[in-house]
Order: sequence, then structure tokens, then C-alpha cells
Amino acid sequence: METIVFALLNGVIYGLLLFMLSSGLTLIFSMMGVLNFAHASFYMLGAYFAFTIMGATSFWIALFLAPVLVGLVGAVVERYGLRRVHANGHVAELLFTFGLAYLIEEIVKIFYGKTAVDYKIPSLLDFPAFTIYGASFPAYRMFMLVIAIGMLIGLWFLLKKTRAGLIIQAALTHPHMVGHLGHNVPLIFMTVFGIGCALAGLAGVIAGNIFVTDPAMAVQMGPIVFVVVVVGGIGSLEGAFLASILIGLLQNFAVGISASFADIFWFTGLSPTSEIGDITVSSLAPVLPFLLLVLMLIFRPRGLMGEQEL
Amino acid sequence: MSIKTAALAAAVSVVAVSSAMADVKFAFIDPLSGPMGPSGEAGYTSFLLAAEHINANGGVNGEQIEVKGYDNKVNPKESLVQLQKAIDDGVRYIFQGNGSSVAAAIIDAVNKHNQRNPGDEVLFFNYAAVTPDFTNDGCSFWHFRFDAHADMKMAAITDYIQGQDDIKKVYLIGQDYIFGQAVAAAAESQLKEKRPDIEIVGNELHPLAKVKDFTPYIQKIISSGADAVITGNWGADMQLLMKAAAESGSEIPYFTFYGGSLGAVSALGEGAIDRLYQVTEAITNLDASDEQYALIEEYKQRFPEYDYYYHRAFNALNMFKQAAETAGSNDPIPVAFALEGMTYEEPYGTATMRADDHQLQQNLYISTVSKDVKYGVDNIDLGWKLLDGGKIDAAAAEQPTTCQMERPEKP
Repeated sequence: METIVFALLNGVIYGLLLFMLSSGLTLIFSMMGVLNFAHASFYMLGAYFAFTIMGATSFWIALFLAPVLVGLVGAVVERYGLRRVHANGHVAELLFTFGLAYLIEEIVKIFYGKTAVDYKIPSLLDFPAFTIYGASFPAYRMFMLVIAIGMLIGLWFLLKKTRAGLIIQAALTHPHMVGHLGHNVPLIFMTVFGIGCALAGLAGVIAGNIFVTDPAMAVQMGPIVFVVVVVGGIGSLEGAFLASILIGLLQNFAVGISASFADIFWFTGLSPTSEIGDITVSSLAPVLPFLLLVLMLIFRPRGLMGEQEL
Repeated sequence: MSIKTAALAAAVSVVAVSSAMADVKFAFIDPLSGPMGPSGEAGYTSFLLAAEHINANGGVNGEQIEVKGYDNKVNPKESLVQLQKAIDDGVRYIFQGNGSSVAAAIIDAVNKHNQRNPGDEVLFFNYAAVTPDFTNDGCSFWHFRFDAHADMKMAAITDYIQGQDDIKKVYLIGQDYIFGQAVAAAAESQLKEKRPDIEIVGNELHPLAKVKDFTPYIQKIISSGADAVITGNWGADMQLLMKAAAESGSEIPYFTFYGGSLGAVSALGEGAIDRLYQVTEAITNLDASDEQYALIEEYKQRFPEYDYYYHRAFNALNMFKQAAETAGSNDPIPVAFALEGMTYEEPYGTATMRADDHQLQQNLYISTVSKDVKYGVDNIDLGWKLLDGGKIDAAAAEQPTTCQMERPEKP
């Protein structure tokens, strides 16, 4: 019972965080057809910007300012980088973002050093929110939950209830038609790229301090975000949401299960001391999202909710 | 300028150049970036300071020594690249410690190198990779270990737990590679022998330096009803484990090898008092000579981010100096033979390099965190304090070895 409750709580929070990261990537991917390899780098920038701003002012200012800054950086990258490369096709764009990810990592190393910075959670939120089964649950994680849900509602409102959202949705599928109707499609692309990066930056701001803010955080987060986008389905925010929560829960439940292969496949007579029987489910937790990715591509290439195949 | 003065000037400049250039080169092959970077940096700075002191006191057999860092990112493959680079740079002595996976690769590579390049041998001074095998079945003449190995440290922990009747359930958590597996195996077998009534309620291995949030693991530990946790975690894995433990508010004690890892004490804060335990070859708050206190303070002043933790780095370089001067040579083979069986009066006792397996025998100390200390760590006022009866004499800490050492011909 405890295992289930803990895994649910952690899984949902981690899942929402993943969604915050992958929603921007899904938007960018489906609109521009660009698999942005540098997306997780913007997540890292969010954390580092917040660390710097928090040092000079306070966490609350960083919470608003850092994502905005990251969004601006993203918009500049789109305007003066991607847009020029775009003319040369998707492969050029892919390589561009690939190089950009390394560039950002090296720049971060030059400015902040090669090891982790001490980005702390604000003291105002540094207390246990409640205690269940003998373990206290930090208030900051509840705060993350609130921010993530707030972002979810904000994004839904923007896309479904505003005129700007309507145009963005139209540009996702029919960019030429939208252009012919007199809308500035490049501007829409830049805005969406900026918003996507800002969301990644926001994820960095609220996750950098409970995880670790170091130059490797982008590389570690990057692959998972791609898994979310592919599993969820290209161009589907709902799918990305489902996939995020699914992966969050999957990983946290797996960590909670101590059973080994020998326990699960006892009927095959697998020995608990053999190489394979010895493997526990919890030690497999980091691999599971990628297993899901591979299975999804084989059996349902359009993802959970996607409209088109990869 | 006459020819004579020109020749003199040239001679002087040659002397100046050769004294500026190191005569004996050491490579420090460990992580200097990434999640385990701080662990490597703390070790590296210790070696630098130790080398500086030796050079200031006339060097070794009149020659100057130099320690140079090579970043291996805790990756065995990358370490072999760096090892080759170091050998090409003229290095004859290797320091490494972070990660037994790396140490195993280096031992293997050094064995091969020395076999293929007679007269050009290198020695591997292992200051922290503590998988017991390296000084047992896998022992090598070219490898010397200056840290107590996992079985020795675990014996200290299990001896202490033996006397704690209120500990009935123990949880084991560690990093998923040969070192973590060795720690778990040692804990299981030793507890079974010393306290057969203790139940091991969890035996968890997590990926090395990959987990960013240990909360699910901590919640699992709490659910298991454990009275104590034993872990061999080091570096970021130790610090983040303690961060999650602090957040959970649980009061389970942690028996660790590397509770002294940077940031672990400050992550727990006052919650670490009498809850975080470690087994080490020294702590700064032991009684020591003024000279040793001065060294501790100099280290802190020079490298304020870190604490004087890698005492064994100073021991390793000082023992090298003693061995080289006994042998009258700075070459690896004479130094290796001189190190075998050598005793060294270190600041906290006597250390002996056991000839049979090249495992340093030294006193071990079990300590816990306290407020009432001379030196704090992590730039807070909490520091490590010796437990009552926490001193384990070298003779008591000694473990048997299965090593069958193969030696080259003595010069």
C-alpha cells in the first residue's frame, strides 16, 4: 500500500515535470517538423538562470524571470539560426540543434564550471508538507505539483480558448493556408519556439534544485523527453501528457518493486542466483521508458494519440 | 658578452629549466568534471598540496615531483585513454581512486604495459578504490592500495552493529557495479556471522552517478521498517541519498564508508548528529600534532570549497618519498620493492604496507557527526567526532588475503 501511494505521488509529480518539458518539444516538432535536440539544453539554461537570479534577488523573481529569459534565447535561436537553416531542409535543422546542444553545454561549463552548482530550494518552502507512512513529504514537491498543474491549465487555455491558440493550431497542420490568410507564419513559429523553450526553462527552474543543476542535466534529461514525444504521438499534446504521466508512474513503480526475475518467472525454474534471475525490477527502472519507446515504434508507430506515423 | 659568460648563462638556464620541470611525474586519473567531479577535485587538491610540501622540503632524492590531473569522467574506457596519454607524457606513477570499475581497468592495463615495456614500468597507487579483489585473487605487484578495502571497513561497521541490540533490521543500498556488489556481499556474509538474528530487509543496487532523486529509494527504506542502513555510496550518490533522507524526515541511522563525501553532512544538517556514521583512516578531529593541525588548516585555507578529507593522499605521497629514499632511486621497481613491508609513522599511528598483497594496514576510525568539534565540514559547524571505542587498531582491522603475488626480478 505504501509503495503504491508513494509511487503515485512521485510518479505524478515527475510525470507533470516531464510534460512541462515535452509539451514545448511536441509543439515545435509538430509545427516545424524539427526534432529539437537542444530542447533539454533550454531546461538546463532555466535551472542555471534561476540559480544566478536567485543569488542576486530571490527565488520568486527567478521563477518568473528565468523562463522568460530562456524563452527569449529560444526566440533568438529560431529567428537567427533555425530560420536560416530551415531553407536547407530537415536534416540541416536536425544537425543544427544537435550542434546547439553541445554549444550550450560548453558555454554553461565555461560560465558555471564543470561541476554542480548549489541551487537550493527557497527556505520559505523548505518544510515537510505532511507525513504519510512515516515519511514526510516536502512542501516544495507540492509546490512543483501546483506549478505544473497551473502550467497545464494555462497552456490548455492558450491553445483552446484564445484566438492566438486557434491560429497556432491551424499553423500546426496547414501552415501555407494560414500564411495565405494573411498571418505571419514565421512570427508564429518564432513565438511557439520561444514558448516551448520557456516551458522547458520553467521545468528547469522548479526541478533544478530538487535534482542536480550541473552541465550533464541536459544530456540526462534529453532522451527521456524524446521518449515522451514519440510514445505520446507526434503533434498531440494530449498524447504527450498521457505519455509523461505513464512514464513517471512506470519509473516510480518499478523502483518500488524489489521482486527479481526469479520471483516473477518462478514457473520457468529460473534460479535466483543466476545472471538473469538475479535482476530486480527496481534495477530496471531507468531502462523501462526506452523499452516502451521500442515497443511503441514496433506495434503502434503513431504513438498513443498521434494522428500521423513517424 | 664573452663566450665564457654566454656558456655560463646557458648552463644556468639549463639548471633553471630542469628544476622548474618535474623530474618525477605522477598522473591523477579521476573525474574532474560531471557529477563525481567534486570527489575527484577534493582528491586532486590533496595530492597537489602534498606534492608542494615534499618539493618545498627538497623533493625526493633531490628531484622535484609533479602531480598532473587527467579527467576520466569515472569511465573505464576514458581512463585507459588518459592512462596512455599520461604514459606518453612520461608519467611513471598513477593515482586513481574513484570507482573500482576504473581501478580494475587500470590494473589490467598497467599489468600489460609493464609486461610489454620492460625498463619503462609504471606503478599504480590506488588511494580509494576498495573492492577487496584487487588485493586478493586479482592482486598485482604493480598495484598498491592506501585505503582500507571494503571487507575491512565492513568488519568495522558490523563489529559496531554487533553491539547495538536495538538494530534488528538492516537495509543495504549501494551503487550497481563491482564495488557496490562487493559491499553488499560483505555486509550480508559478515552480518550473518556476527548477528544471525538480524534480518536484511532490503538489498538495493542503483545505477552509479545517474540517480538525481533518491526519494523513491528512501521511501522504500522507510516502508521496509529498517532500523539501520548500510551503504558504500560515495560522491554525489552519497550526497543526494542524504538530501532525500533529510527531506523524508526519517531518523534511521546510516552506516557509511563515505559519509564524508562533500555535501553529505550539510544535506542532512543537524539530522546527521548521531545518525550518520562513517569508517575512515582518519578524521580531522582526532588528537594530532600541531604540524598536522597546521596542514589541515592550510588545506582549508587554500581550497575553501573542500575539507581535509583525503588524508590517505598525503600518506600515499609521503610513503612514496620514504620508499624512494630508502631505495635510493625514484624508479618504479626499486620503489615498489622498498614499499613492500615498509612501515610509515603517519600523523595518527603506524601504517604498514603489507608485502603479501600491497594492502596498507592502518588504524580505522568510526565517527559520527557532532556539533562539539574542532573542525566542521561543508563550511558549517558540524563535523566528525570519534565514537567511544570507535578506534580500531591496524592489527584488529587486518583481514586475511588470498593473494599469490608474482614479483619481477629484484634489481
